[in-house]
Amino acid sequence: MRTRLQNWTLLLSSAALLAVPSVSSAQLSTFDIEKRIGAESHVGNVTGHAKDAEPAYRRYCVGCHGPLGDGNGENAPYMQPPMYQQPRNFQLGVFKCRSTPTGTLPTDQDLYDSITRGFDRSNMPQWNTLSKQERADLVAWVKHFSPRWAGEKPGTPITIPAEPEVTPERIKAGRDVFARVQCWKCHGVQGMANGPSASTLADDLGRPIAPFNFTEGARPKCGDTDKDIYRIFMTGLDGTPMPSYADNIKPEEAWDLVFYLRTFMAQKSPEKEMAKKLDLKPVDPDAPAPQQ
Amino acid sequence: MHVSSGSCLRKAIHSATSLFSLALVLAAVVLSCSPPAKALPAFARKYGLRCSACHESWPMLNYFGQKFKDNGYQLMNDRDSPIWQNPGYWPVTFRITPIWHRVSTGKVDIDTYSGGAISGSQIQRVTSSGFDLSGLDFHTGGVLEKNFSFYVLPSSDPTASFHFETVMARLDNLFGSSWLNVKLGKFELDNLLSEKRILTLTGNGGIYQLYHFIPVGDGNIFGQMGDNQLGVEVMGHSADDRTRYSASILSSSDGQVGLPYGNGYTGFFTGSQAFDAGRLGVQRVGFYAMVGEAPTYWLTQGGTLFTGQNGTGPSAIGNKSFSREGFVGQFYFGPHVDLTVITQHGEDSAWFGQGYGDLIDGVAGQNNTPGTTLPTGAQNPTWNGVLLEPHYVYSPQLIFIGRYETIRMSQQADGSAYTGIGPTGITGPSPSNLGNITTYTIGYRYNPFMTSRAGFAWHNEYNWLHQDGTGPGNTNINTSELLLGFDFDF
Repeated sequence: MRTRLQNWTLLLSSAALLAVPSVSSAQLSTFDIEKRIGAESHVGNVTGHAKDAEPAYRRYCVGCHGPLGDGNGENAPYMQPPMYQQPRNFQLGVFKCRSTPTGTLPTDQDLYDSITRGFDRSNMPQWNTLSKQERADLVAWVKHFSPRWAGEKPGTPITIPAEPEVTPERIKAGRDVFARVQCWKCHGVQGMANGPSASTLADDLGRPIAPFNFTEGARPKCGDTDKDIYRIFMTGLDGTPMPSYADNIKPEEAWDLVFYLRTFMAQKSPEKEMAKKLDLKPVDPDAPAPQQ
Repeated sequence: MHVSSGSCLRKAIHSATSLFSLALVLAAVVLSCSPPAKALPAFARKYGLRCSACHESWPMLNYFGQKFKDNGYQLMNDRDSPIWQNPGYWPVTFRITPIWHRVSTGKVDIDTYSGGAISGSQIQRVTSSGFDLSGLDFHTGGVLEKNFSFYVLPSSDPTASFHFETVMARLDNLFGSSWLNVKLGKFELDNLLSEKRILTLTGNGGIYQLYHFIPVGDGNIFGQMGDNQLGVEVMGHSADDRTRYSASILSSSDGQVGLPYGNGYTGFFTGSQAFDAGRLGVQRVGFYAMVGEAPTYWLTQGGTLFTGQNGTGPSAIGNKSFSREGFVGQFYFGPHVDLTVITQHGEDSAWFGQGYGDLIDGVAGQNNTPGTTLPTGAQNPTWNGVLLEPHYVYSPQLIFIGRYETIRMSQQADGSAYTGIGPTGITGPSPSNLGNITTYTIGYRYNPFMTSRAGFAWHNEYNWLHQDGTGPGNTNINTSELLLGFDFDF
């Protein structure tokens, strides 16, 4: 009888010992996150469900974003700025690429586009091989990590006026905007990411971050159409030092700036040809900033 | 105390059972507690993606992995070039599989003995089992510079005798278009279900029979779609890889280097289109066609085979044609179940059907020298086949695999008017079912961990193959193989 009791004691002690690591590794936020497993997304006519996204998340995403969506996947330690960006911490509910004003939540379509488009100059690939349903489910899954969606609604997408025709005057006007709002301080006078502030930049979590180099041929992070570029500086990239200029730049000026930024880019464009004909000089950092 | 022999036996069995149970439990504990390995398979290490991102179960690609391959092993994130990698990064992975297997072959003619001397022979089943090794593969591949990539794969047999399984360089996104990519060298053909990424490992189940089928007595070794081939391939795809095409020109040498077969060329063409089917997933349908010529007349010198000059092998002319074509479908039924279907119609020239073609062991068994004629009744051998491969993907770490293949001759090389002894050894017309194959394979692969650092799979598999008329006295043969192994790469 005593032997049997000893055996049971040994067995229970072993079970307790085995259980210790699981208990200590569990995090409180797991419980919070699981409460939101009913999260949905709406992308076009597709409704995504967080509960259906786990297989795809485990297969494709967990290595970087981590099981809790906090950006602490097994590979996160090897993605160090400035060479790579760290994986996004979904729990914070802060996203760079949005169509909505700064400080607001992105729309489901914004998140869907980010998954589809991927992010150049990072390890986030384009997941356009996944079905629309899988991507919509993943959007819902991303949302379920953050309590922000429980209490807030996404912002209203900014209005982007129709793109005007590009002219030499508009490109010159764009250069004035570039000088006035001091884009060059980070991006450099020729868009080469070598402005005087470039080396001092850090994101909201204090991690070093580099400004976008327009000249190296890479796609801007949040899309490479003219509308995408317009949207980037009018909404800002939340969580980074790139602010929203919605209060500083009028819509027609914003298009001028888009055209001027195109002149920096490695890809051929009408703006680049016009700038060459104009013999447009870079802005002079020491000159007084043009007035609005 | 007297112990009966039966009791001893029972005790021995009991002990063995206990030991076996203990071994099983220990194996389960070891497997479930294995820590993640610290090394880095070539691409996963570079990009920090788990094996499962690109592989349905490694080495079989999923759609994302297929797109990565189609982009020349690039994520297209502007960080593909080696200049962005740690200088110490060296893209190399090795793969090998220690196994235990049991192979059983029916109807083998084996000598019988009487008084220490051969007294005759008898047809019997031969079974062997034991521990063994697979060959060793050293994979190295990646990006030389943006849109310039390579793949080199020295591969050995189980005795470490190496050959180049793959050696190729490729140029991608020519003129800025994903529709124009070129590779040159020795490479796997653009099969949607690639034999080089097969999930099964047994002798007969570790290949796709459909990709290697040769009618009985046929001398055409050149139409084997499962083998890597020497040539140049142009391929293109849409940005999301939903639409794909490829066209290759290959040397008709079955991938053997040294120009051993003269001047024959083969074309291999594929096209496919994928569709988004909502909750079911992405479905793909496509076609392939392999059309080629290969030699049948080996040049001679002084009446014997011309063995080559200036570094080339024997030379041959008298090209005859062959073809393989079919449809491919990859169908998903949600996140856990999928089915791949491949059909094939194959045809060889009657010359191949009569055994002309390959130099078997360096000897031209049949040589189509000038003036040679085909026997009366010789005709093009033709056949039809289908392959069905369902998977149940419980999770990225556990996949159950099934496969069924059947190949049926629709026209034998030795037709109804045939009167002589054909290359099959049969006098007169061949039976209509001669060489027909039916095979199935079942198995599973369990990955106790899934990281971007290394791969390990506990692999269990069973294959059964039946072939009509190839046993002694043209009887049917059944073979089977059971395999258990640790398949790992590092």
